[in-house]
Amino acid sequence: MNYKTLLFSLLILSACEAFEPEAPADFDILDGPVAGLNEAENLQFLKGDVAFNTEIFTLQNGLGPLFVATSCGSCHPGDGKGHPFTTLTRFGQTDENGNQYLNVGGPQLQHQAVPGFTPEAIPQNATFSRFTPPANTGLGFIDAVSDADILAWADPDDVDGDGISGMPNWINLKEYVTERPNSVTQNSKYLGRFGKKGATYNLLQQTASAYNQDIGITSSFEPIDTHSGLVFDPEVSNQTINDVVFYLKTLKAPAPRPESNSILDGKQLFTTIGCSKCHRPEMKTGNSPIAAIANKAFYPYSDLLLHDMGTTLDDGYTEGSAKTYEWRTPPLWGLGLSKNSQGGQYFLMHDGRARSIDEAILLHGGEANQIRNNYQSLTADEKTKLIQFLESL
Amino acid sequence: MKKSLLIVVALVMCLTVTAQVDSTLFKRTQQDTSKLLLNMDAVYNRPFLSVSKLPVAVGGYVEANWQHLGTDGVSEGHQFQMRRLTLFIASSISRRIKFLSEIEFEDGTKEINIEFASVDFEFHPLLNFRGGIVMNPIGAFNQNHDGPKWEFIDRPISATQLLPATWSNVGFGLYGKLYKDNWVYAYETYLTNGFDDQIISNTENKTFLPASKLNKDRFEESFNGVPLLTAKVAIRNKKIGELGLSYMGGVYNKFQEDGLVLDEKRRHHSWALDFNTVISATKTYFNTEWVFNKINVPSTYGQQYGDKQMGGFLDVVQPIVRQNIFGFDRSVINAVCRLEYVDWNLGEFDETGEDIAEYIVAVVPGISWRPNSQTVIRLNYRYNWQTDMLGNPASKTAGFQFGFSTYF
Repeated sequence: MNYKTLLFSLLILSACEAFEPEAPADFDILDGPVAGLNEAENLQFLKGDVAFNTEIFTLQNGLGPLFVATSCGSCHPGDGKGHPFTTLTRFGQTDENGNQYLNVGGPQLQHQAVPGFTPEAIPQNATFSRFTPPANTGLGFIDAVSDADILAWADPDDVDGDGISGMPNWINLKEYVTERPNSVTQNSKYLGRFGKKGATYNLLQQTASAYNQDIGITSSFEPIDTHSGLVFDPEVSNQTINDVVFYLKTLKAPAPRPESNSILDGKQLFTTIGCSKCHRPEMKTGNSPIAAIANKAFYPYSDLLLHDMGTTLDDGYTEGSAKTYEWRTPPLWGLGLSKNSQGGQYFLMHDGRARSIDEAILLHGGEANQIRNNYQSLTADEKTKLIQFLESL
Repeated sequence: MKKSLLIVVALVMCLTVTAQVDSTLFKRTQQDTSKLLLNMDAVYNRPFLSVSKLPVAVGGYVEANWQHLGTDGVSEGHQFQMRRLTLFIASSISRRIKFLSEIEFEDGTKEINIEFASVDFEFHPLLNFRGGIVMNPIGAFNQNHDGPKWEFIDRPISATQLLPATWSNVGFGLYGKLYKDNWVYAYETYLTNGFDDQIISNTENKTFLPASKLNKDRFEESFNGVPLLTAKVAIRNKKIGELGLSYMGGVYNKFQEDGLVLDEKRRHHSWALDFNTVISATKTYFNTEWVFNKINVPSTYGQQYGDKQMGGFLDVVQPIVRQNIFGFDRSVINAVCRLEYVDWNLGEFDETGEDIAEYIVAVVPGISWRPNSQTVIRLNYRYNWQTDMLGNPASKTAGFQFGFSTYF
């Protein structure tokens, strides 16, 4: 070995980043913060990221005793959609009169238990539905839309005669939840916008409830242990929950892929056949204490309202004022990246029963009958373009 | 001023002390070069330094490194690490009673462990009694893990993720060897304190035997009162190499307390197969170890905690230069490569029937320079890809590592 060899080796080492894996393109991943956060916000985002993706609950720090998952991130890998392995089961409510099985573990089934405990089982005769965990990205934008904007799309009696209604889910507010400025109420109930049935008001409710119902972790917000029904000391701090809420609010919106001609043709077809009547492309946020998401246009492809999806998707279970056959229009952004968090394959619709986008479209019924028929009448090439567009979102 | 004066005085005193040491009083213990050494001999096959006729010998090794690794475009930059400082103290209490201890400081003082502290009583070459803190003889790496013996900066993933290398515990056991012509046959078997329920309740979110190392009480009390059995048989031929087969198993959960039943007894089993050889024509050294774990995980506890695990590594070391380098007249430069694979969960999802894909594959080429037999300077390039249990696109990590390890 001579000095030239040594020098050459040192030169290689000084350029070591060139020998490391490149970062994936922005449109290839769902996680990461929204652009424009300030330093303090970046710090809180990182804290929330750790709590969401890294903190694992065990026997030592309060897991269960009944639970569905051991961490937030295990249901939302890479902040994307979940897998049948982490799919939730809820049971016991068939109409707007509430859940009849709260005393036997409803509404959520905790199908796992720490050693020595017996997991829950669905009571005989109780109807149930399975919910695949949704992607987390862009939730802060959805949270910052005004009630008025969402309600402007509601058409419960189909006054415009287009076959599409759009119902708000009116829900009771949890005592720890603060209502939004200018929130709209009906009979003292508030507009829900998160969850498969639109029965969750905001991200604090979603987070506190998930810690409690999914991981068996009590907090000052949700202090009741799901196994014993007793009030427990908080097993997670308010600060951690607030950090996770902030993290969810400031995850970036999915970045669309570059538009090719096929994608542009698909986008046109999406509107032409009527998909955009429910999967509305654009929304706008209102004021927000987080400057990076205040007063911004964004493109979730949803109206956040409930629609009759027909008997095929009617599981006989519901939440809030939704009917069992009504489902909130799920945002389509990030759809093409679902496979990257679902083990390389699609598990679509509310319970993952659709194994392809084509199958998911064909499962649309109820108000979407006509639109599904329009899709079926497309040529194979047109269907391909439409699916390419959906995968680009 | 006062402080500076003190430093000067201290330095002068140090020089004086150094001047008083007669280095001829130190001597290195001779190492066995019979080529019939086994991995189980590694604990004594180390360079010790003894002083005159004192019955105590001391030694140790140190390893430090620099690395720059990146994962999917994100790097933590330049990292300098003091991975280990290990001290050995050995003593011949009498001709056939020996004591040896190994105290390790890992990552600075983040972990301080007594890895080995036992007394050996030799009754017959085939019957030796060992008691104290012993290294459980599972696989080869756990017994033979000194940094200067390896050409790679990182320890094998299977040895530290499927097995808890370095895993030692309090207990007693027997070992022995039988030499016959070019062959040596050996056995070891110990009963020690064992694992605890952290192997299925840990922040790794997977079945992870090394999690039990966090239980510092294991040197004082057994978690459940059931001893851990570890046993190994090994055979070596001077020309062919060494083959080892080992087993470690016990009960890991607390199934009762104060006479009250808490759970059924949940057992875990580890089997390891190790082999090493040198191709005499090319001096190529091969070293491999494969591990299989089977754990009784409660069926209601979540599929992320796998009940079967498997993995191993293959090291290939090829000497390419033997000459004087920078004045080190017996230098050897090796081209090296490690291939490794670990699957933490060999099961299938109940929901889909598909494979639970929690695995890692790594390729680690590199170059090592041994200026003498007790010191190694290593340059490795690590590339590994790891999937989550769902089999989502693998996370890729790669980068350079450079460091040294030496006995002293």
